[in-house]
Amino acid sequence: MTNKYLPHTEDDIREMLQTIGIGNIDELYADVPQEVVFKEEYDIPSEMSEIELRRHFKNLAQQNKPLTIFAGSGAYDHYSPSTIAHLLARSEFYTAYTPYQPEISQGTLQYIFEYQSMISELTGMEATNASIYDGATSAAEAMFMMVNSAKKKNRVLLSSTLLDSVVKVIKTYAKFHGVKVGVIGEKDGVTDLDALYKELEEGDVAGVILPQPNKYGIIENLEGVAENVHSAKGFMTLYCDPSALAVLRTPAEWGADIACGDGQTLGMPLSFGGPYLGFISCSNSMLRKMPGRVVGATKDADGKRGYVLTLQAREQHIRRQKATSNICSNQSLMALFATVYLSLMGKQGLKEVNELACDGAHYLYDKLIASGKFEKAYDKPFLKEFVVKTNLDMKKINERLIENGIMGGIILDDNRVEFAVTEKRTKEEIDTLVEIMLED
Amino acid sequence: MKTYDKLIFELSKPGRKGFELPEDQFNTNGLSSIPTDLLRKDEAELPEVSELDVVRHFTNLSNKNFGVDTGFYPLGSCTMKYNPKINEELAAMPEFLALHPLQDASTVQGALHIYWDLQRMLANISGLAEFTLNPYAGAHGELTGLMVMRQYHMSRGDEKRTKVIVPDTAHGTNPASAMVAGLEVVEVKSKPNGSIDVEDLKPLLDDTIAGIMMTNPNTVGMFETEILEIAKLVHDAGGLLYYDGANLNPLLGKVRPGDMGFDIMHINLHKTFSTPHGGGGPGSGPVGVAAHLVDFLPNPRVKKAEEGSYHVETGDQSLGSISSFFGNFGVMMKAYAYILSLGKENIKNVGPLATLNANYIKESLKDDYLLPIEGVCKHEFVFDGLKDKSTGVTTLNVAKRLLDYGFHAPTIYFPLLFHESMMIEPTETESKETLDEFIEVMHKVAKEARETPQSVIDAPLTTIVRKLDETSAAKKPILNYKALKEAEA
Repeated sequence: MTNKYLPHTEDDIREMLQTIGIGNIDELYADVPQEVVFKEEYDIPSEMSEIELRRHFKNLAQQNKPLTIFAGSGAYDHYSPSTIAHLLARSEFYTAYTPYQPEISQGTLQYIFEYQSMISELTGMEATNASIYDGATSAAEAMFMMVNSAKKKNRVLLSSTLLDSVVKVIKTYAKFHGVKVGVIGEKDGVTDLDALYKELEEGDVAGVILPQPNKYGIIENLEGVAENVHSAKGFMTLYCDPSALAVLRTPAEWGADIACGDGQTLGMPLSFGGPYLGFISCSNSMLRKMPGRVVGATKDADGKRGYVLTLQAREQHIRRQKATSNICSNQSLMALFATVYLSLMGKQGLKEVNELACDGAHYLYDKLIASGKFEKAYDKPFLKEFVVKTNLDMKKINERLIENGIMGGIILDDNRVEFAVTEKRTKEEIDTLVEIMLED
Repeated sequence: MKTYDKLIFELSKPGRKGFELPEDQFNTNGLSSIPTDLLRKDEAELPEVSELDVVRHFTNLSNKNFGVDTGFYPLGSCTMKYNPKINEELAAMPEFLALHPLQDASTVQGALHIYWDLQRMLANISGLAEFTLNPYAGAHGELTGLMVMRQYHMSRGDEKRTKVIVPDTAHGTNPASAMVAGLEVVEVKSKPNGSIDVEDLKPLLDDTIAGIMMTNPNTVGMFETEILEIAKLVHDAGGLLYYDGANLNPLLGKVRPGDMGFDIMHINLHKTFSTPHGGGGPGSGPVGVAAHLVDFLPNPRVKKAEEGSYHVETGDQSLGSISSFFGNFGVMMKAYAYILSLGKENIKNVGPLATLNANYIKESLKDDYLLPIEGVCKHEFVFDGLKDKSTGVTTLNVAKRLLDYGFHAPTIYFPLLFHESMMIEPTETESKETLDEFIEVMHKVAKEARETPQSVIDAPLTTIVRKLDETSAAKKPILNYKALKEAEA
């Protein structure tokens, strides 16, 4: 039975069976009804040595075509500094579990505390949880926080300018949990605030979820929205890009009660959609409605600084069906990723990332408009992602771009296409993109 | 540097930087096109540190951690098996890491192959028809599985099935997931040996029951021998059986959940299939279903065409989406590598060897620790604290003393069936020598409890920090650096 991951020799097995007082391993399953004992062989390949496994993965890798990315829609090709992968490979971090024994988990607990501090700096809000699965699920959890905090109100309004992938997940959670969802339409690429205010008058709205920037890359002007939502006794959640919060007005400055979103923009590899990082920040008043793990600072028996999981009275292992959520973990290693990234970038670097991405995006935008083949879809401020209109056959163009190793914009409909530019894209890459698009 | 206790913010010095970007070639000054009232007023107070500051800081933090690579981690119910290194390397291959989730299917055939093939292998190992790999974690899998259950009943117009039966010994996530999925929890009692009381179950089964959530072996590590009767009763009442895959490890090679009558299940790839726990995540919680439930699985779905190529689909009977994209793909790659490394010849030994290890520890320690449930366990078992109850030494004390001796503690105070629960799960990757060392230390702690109980009660004595004040942490939460500075001022 011995294998590199299974250390038991025949002698070991014999001695252990002797201690247990049985004759063979099968007797350990004597209580299993014979009808359900699996007697066949699994339909999986034979064992592979490391050499064979590596060859197999190399073959699979060759069936992928990594591209120069000009698409966003919830996943962005930001740069991951080399240092991060090295630090995340410390196995004291990645082979640990949730820090249930704080005395031997101060490493995990401290980086989560630092993570919470940094996300709070970006959102401007006091409390941040230890992270959850992804942006879309963070928004669904924010919906539950608002419904649980609002007295006897069970309707949540979503802006149609939230990412479609986020709206879909919120709707799934709402449908099963029994929350009513209303979608507020858009006007000129931004949330139709008049329509929102009209809905608020119904008096049954527990909260609203709005994006910043929105799915078209537009930075929405949310002046006065928080005041209106609050006077209707509702809560406001902003779904944000945490990277962009180095320059954009913060959720706290907009008057939001909850900020959530996806931390993938903090340099995380695209990784075919995951693992990413969901974050939730809120004001202290909503803290006890927040899902997931939270780390707090405290002192040990000798008065030394230390960190623990705290506010666990909200959680499933204590409250069972009365818990605020079923979440019992966090995306801990990705929270470490974000913490190292934000430490490296620092105050200045994260602003520069935004500047460079924003300049590149505007360069592409200007170039497309100047070509005469594209026109403005909206006349609104944007950061690194934007939509343009065109009569060109974008499907055909995107196929041509793939042949040239480029992922072009995301096609929204017959004449709208959306591009994203990060700090990784060079002027040369953008020039090539436009050149190939305009061939014909 | 075990005494290192600085926060990264405390290393900060204005003007220092840890990274440099290429020169801006664009001359577009994009930010100036954004009205100032849409920009933040004050700068975010992120640290200003050098790259070496960052490397030393986090390396020092890592030294304050205990992982599977550090030592034995017998945390019951968490299956802390060895995390093979080759899997980490393969999952970091740039040809996968650089893929955008919305890339055209023709450019991601390798990634889709892994997704499809892994779900197929999991289905074969589980005795079910098909899996989605989209759920991000075990609890997320539970939620997704319960959504499948509800979607199935709703698709038949059977709207009144809004309750789910959960054993009183279940993992806390079971009732919590049911609540999130909009189901009402009905508890079924367990017998003194921790098994479901079938007589208590029978009267609960009416036409409002959507199904039952179970794990087998159950949370005390014992096989539910009446599973076939339970399955028949639940199915006859029109309900479905959900299998909590947290305890799947001992069944590898021996039993398939689908063959026991389960219709829906989740698997924790970070338990049974060796992917690292990552300090709490990212995990992955694939959900598998029997053939009649396949259409209800969440979107997006990965499909294989007859000619062998892969594509992405959205099903119109699907329960909807539960993730932005395809779940934690990076984690799936590691589980896929693990299954291929072991192959069919070795996977089948995982369950029996995990079970052998657990029973060996149990039998070796039951003279000093109270074994409330006699008999052969599966991958884990529960002691109800020390056998000698006169010492005043609790399960918490024993757990903390183990830290002094270089072991991670077992899961403590779960299951709730006993007052002093201590749940031990060794996993199959541990050698007899490691188990013997653990057994020796457990005996030593029991001896200390009899002879010098205060040394156990005061533990831990040798860890980087000692017992932490959790009460004031919860009373006056300090959740970020600024609040800590204020509190310490």
